[in-house]
Amino acid sequence: MNRLSWFNTVSLTLGFAFLYIPMVILVIFSFNASKLVTVWAGFSTKWYGELLGNEAFLDAAWVTLKVAVLSSSIATVLGTMAAYVLVRGGRFLGRTLFSGMIYAPLVMPEVITGLSLLLLFIGIGLDRGVLTIVLAHTTFSMCYVSVVVSSRLVTFDKSLEEAALDLGCSPAQAFRLVTLPIIAPAVISGWLLAFTLSLDDLVIASFTAGPSSTTLPIKIFSAVRLGVSPEINALSTVMISIVTVGVIAASLVSKRSMVRQQKDEQEAARAQ
Amino acid sequence: MRRFLLIAVPYFWLLALFLVPFVIVFKISLSDIALAIPPYTPTLDFSAGWAGVRAFFSALDFENFTWLTQDDLYWKAYLSSLWIALISTAITLAVGYPIAYAMARAPEEWRPTLMMLVILPFWTSFLIRVYAWMGILSQEGFLNQFLMWLGIINEPLTILNTNTAVYIGIVYTYLPFMILPIYAALDRLDESLIEAAEDLGCSRLSAFWLVTVPLSRNGIAAGSFLVFIPALGEFVIPSLLGGSGTLMIGKVLWEEFFSNRDWPVASAVAIILLAILVIPIVLFQRNQQKQAEAEQ
Repeated sequence: MNRLSWFNTVSLTLGFAFLYIPMVILVIFSFNASKLVTVWAGFSTKWYGELLGNEAFLDAAWVTLKVAVLSSSIATVLGTMAAYVLVRGGRFLGRTLFSGMIYAPLVMPEVITGLSLLLLFIGIGLDRGVLTIVLAHTTFSMCYVSVVVSSRLVTFDKSLEEAALDLGCSPAQAFRLVTLPIIAPAVISGWLLAFTLSLDDLVIASFTAGPSSTTLPIKIFSAVRLGVSPEINALSTVMISIVTVGVIAASLVSKRSMVRQQKDEQEAARAQ
Repeated sequence: MRRFLLIAVPYFWLLALFLVPFVIVFKISLSDIALAIPPYTPTLDFSAGWAGVRAFFSALDFENFTWLTQDDLYWKAYLSSLWIALISTAITLAVGYPIAYAMARAPEEWRPTLMMLVILPFWTSFLIRVYAWMGILSQEGFLNQFLMWLGIINEPLTILNTNTAVYIGIVYTYLPFMILPIYAALDRLDESLIEAAEDLGCSRLSAFWLVTVPLSRNGIAAGSFLVFIPALGEFVIPSLLGGSGTLMIGKVLWEEFFSNRDWPVASAVAIILLAILVIPIVLFQRNQQKQAEAEQ
């Protein structure tokens, strides 16, 4: 079927309008000259200027970025290890508990994760700050990384690793030279996922942050509670643009590498 | 040795930062509130030796759980969270299914772009997407302006800070989670089955109900769980879009902890919420397993 029926066209149009109109309105009104977010009073970029001059927001953005880079990097290492253990590790004591602990955080309500981690940090007397947010974010995002990476590990041919081992690689070398390059795209998307989850998180960060380590979502949340403000619209626009550019770039890169892979496979098939 | 480290590092990380915290929550849910730091009693005192441990355990009780059943607020909040999560899952399914269906029927070369358009909002900040609706739903917001301009209403409607706004917020933010699994199921569907049904005398509509819907059952189940489970414990949406009348358990827990500083009751609220969530989570897990087996 190549043409869409009118019903399908209508549902696609309405569906995407519903998904995108709120964000478009948000972006448009970040350029509004008036303080009132709902009444248009001419074009202006002054809210972006105010945003740049707002120390509190810039500080929070810096904390958020630090936390996101640190936690997503640690989570990628731990999550990849966990995925490898789950898919290739064979049997070991407490395997069921381990896989349960990997999947449970994915469906855990954030309020519970946040509360339980906070009670732990207080219990062991760890002062709340950047470190505690990083620990908290690493814990839930490593589970996401592990799910993404293990879904790639499941589909990839184990005999490649075995061939490397037969040809004299140590297990570590086989992992570094054969496995890692093949699962690299999944590891990278795992990192990106962990990074965005960390940037985005309000609830868990609110529980685990100290007074000196406010993250951007906490800042936005406390500002937004008082009502809509054009400065938040400007900040949202900046964040939406970064994500849009990032996602489009990532999809172009993956498309290109897919085309290249197909070409390689075709050539390999011809060479045989 | 290497294998041991490979297993031990993530294992102990999760034990220390996932399992142990739960044991602590459980323990505190059995404690009593106290004017102290930390604000609950008893605290485990190892210096007193065996007597200290015994005193600790004898001071634990289920008082907080009894309290939860006595005060109307809590069970009403649980019921209303279940209700809100259920209704919004149903609406999300009704909105998401036609979109997923149309995507699966769209020309092959459009599909990657359509997929990206569904995924893009998911990468965008959750908080910002909820915030966007505050400006739309308020008294002088765009929706009211638009409806008045159309002449449908004369007076602005009150939508923001009501349960309606919460429904809209949940449907909007979780829609991609519903669309993607249903799309995946419909994409795999063999179209000749529908043609066969039509050849055998089914009308288009009955072919849809008798063939397409049953065959996308797994996608519907997965999508519904992915919306229902997080919606049940949702905090951000009810606190930004909901009003004082919106009772959701995630918000109650937050306020119990941050405003009332009653940690034992907050912990008990969390334990009950988990107990409720176990049922849909186990069902979800089973659905995923069945799907994985079907694929093999």
